[in-house]
Amino acid sequence: MKTRLFKKIRYRLVGDKGLLVEFGEGIDPSVNQEVHAMVKNLTANKPNGITDIIPAYRSVLISYDPQLMNPYMIEYFLHQLRVGIKEGDISPSTIVEIPVCYGGEYGPDIENVARHNDITIDDVIETHCKPEYLIYMTGFTPGFPFLGGLPENLTTPRLETPRLKVPKGSVGIANNQTGIYPIESPGGWQLIGRTPLNLFDPSRANPLLYKAGDSIRFIPVTKNEYKDILNKGDF
Amino acid sequence: MEALLVLSPGGYTTIQDRGRFGYQELGVPVTGVLDRTAAGIANMLVGNPEDCAVLEITVAGPVLEALAPLDIAVTGADIGITVNGRQVLGWQSIRLAKGDIFSFGQVKNGCRVYAAVNGGIDVPMVMGSYSTYSGGKLGGFKGRPLEKGDVLSAGIDKLLERPRFIPDEMIPDYVSDKVIRAIPGPQNDYFDEGLTTFFESKFSVTSDANRMGYRLQGPAIKIKKGMPKSIVSEPSMPGCVQIPSDEQPIILLVEQTVGGYAKIATVISSDIPKIAQSIPGDILTFEKIDLKTAHQLYREEITKLDQIKMELKMA
Repeated sequence: MKTRLFKKIRYRLVGDKGLLVEFGEGIDPSVNQEVHAMVKNLTANKPNGITDIIPAYRSVLISYDPQLMNPYMIEYFLHQLRVGIKEGDISPSTIVEIPVCYGGEYGPDIENVARHNDITIDDVIETHCKPEYLIYMTGFTPGFPFLGGLPENLTTPRLETPRLKVPKGSVGIANNQTGIYPIESPGGWQLIGRTPLNLFDPSRANPLLYKAGDSIRFIPVTKNEYKDILNKGDF
Repeated sequence: MEALLVLSPGGYTTIQDRGRFGYQELGVPVTGVLDRTAAGIANMLVGNPEDCAVLEITVAGPVLEALAPLDIAVTGADIGITVNGRQVLGWQSIRLAKGDIFSFGQVKNGCRVYAAVNGGIDVPMVMGSYSTYSGGKLGGFKGRPLEKGDVLSAGIDKLLERPRFIPDEMIPDYVSDKVIRAIPGPQNDYFDEGLTTFFESKFSVTSDANRMGYRLQGPAIKIKKGMPKSIVSEPSMPGCVQIPSDEQPIILLVEQTVGGYAKIATVISSDIPKIAQSIPGDILTFEKIDLKTAHQLYREEITKLDQIKMELKMA
């Protein structure tokens, strides 16, 4: 897939209440960095009339109230903001550590991944824990992170028959993507482990333990450590 | 205060307010009432602020028992309503006594019905809203559609001094053939003849139509040669019309935040209520509209609602 940063930001109307701001093309950390720098800046200086700022791989969707705001005003405002963005505004990604108990009852498909790639289960665990995975965006279900950077030798196709219920906290692989299911939902990913962390809690001030633009590092823990963290409870 | 006991829940009844804003970036969709006009008027009829939580009823309605004296108003699609077996009309406030049985039938036209009670339906506020997000099991009444035996509370400390009603001429007509106005984009550049097909053809609503989205059936909408069949996942807004690989449009609505296919056009927010009132078999045609006109329509809608609110208060 071609990836590039646009020389000039592109704007597209999304109905009468949305504006899509495009920074580039394709899945690329440097394009995504621009996205998160803009989101951070706009959120800190949010004008009245902007209701949601939603980052994605290479764009930001801004929803607005037509009585208070319009796309031209947003464009102008973003231009002013951007004129002010300097090198220092693109801060290094916050790393969020996610403890995972791999295999066994928590990762029923880890053998599939090992077999498909002709490596051992220990190899799968070691390889999965190596990278810092950039969270390009969150969405599709609450807190679901779209992660980039799965090592190629862990690529495994989805399950032929998806599960009706994937337990909350499950860590999985589907083709060249890896991710976590923060809430129980149906799914066809190969489940390799589970985290005891309560990733998404609507009653917390910060409902999600991470945000788009952060990076995730998986930390392997034993079954006992998993149970300890689970029992300790809230964060 | 306990207000209503659900004797039978109806087809799909949820508690909704105007929506949950500010959390879409976490993957928590807006949800909220699909027909904001009908829901807003239901609230006004019982003296509530427009953002109070109401019941959104789909096609087949519930049977409720009043647990205290209260005012209730029903708007939206024409659904037969009775109090203790006696027929009453919608678009007006109705005083119920404790023990009264309030029953909804099935819609005769349109699709969704709204019921408001004084003070609004009292459920815990989750992430700033009372709306139900059933996919995430949060908000509304225990994060799910209503079930038999559920007890709904409302802030019914203040009943109306005088009954309120909407005059006949202001009650909308819910027809089955509709013109839906849409602004091209955000991925209109993925299409050329497809755009013409989209704005010049008739599409019928399939049975796969719900709060997540409405799947339509009609002529194939082809992507321009050389453009990819799917796009990198991007946020969606209610009203975005996605063209997946089967070349049949889906109007995305309020229960998800992301889509992976090109969006040819986006229905203007003023016309989402028309979608909300559509059922399988209805025929939709799309009309291209520009932003200026769309915003004008939006402002006119707000002014009209303000006028209704004024008149109801002074009546």
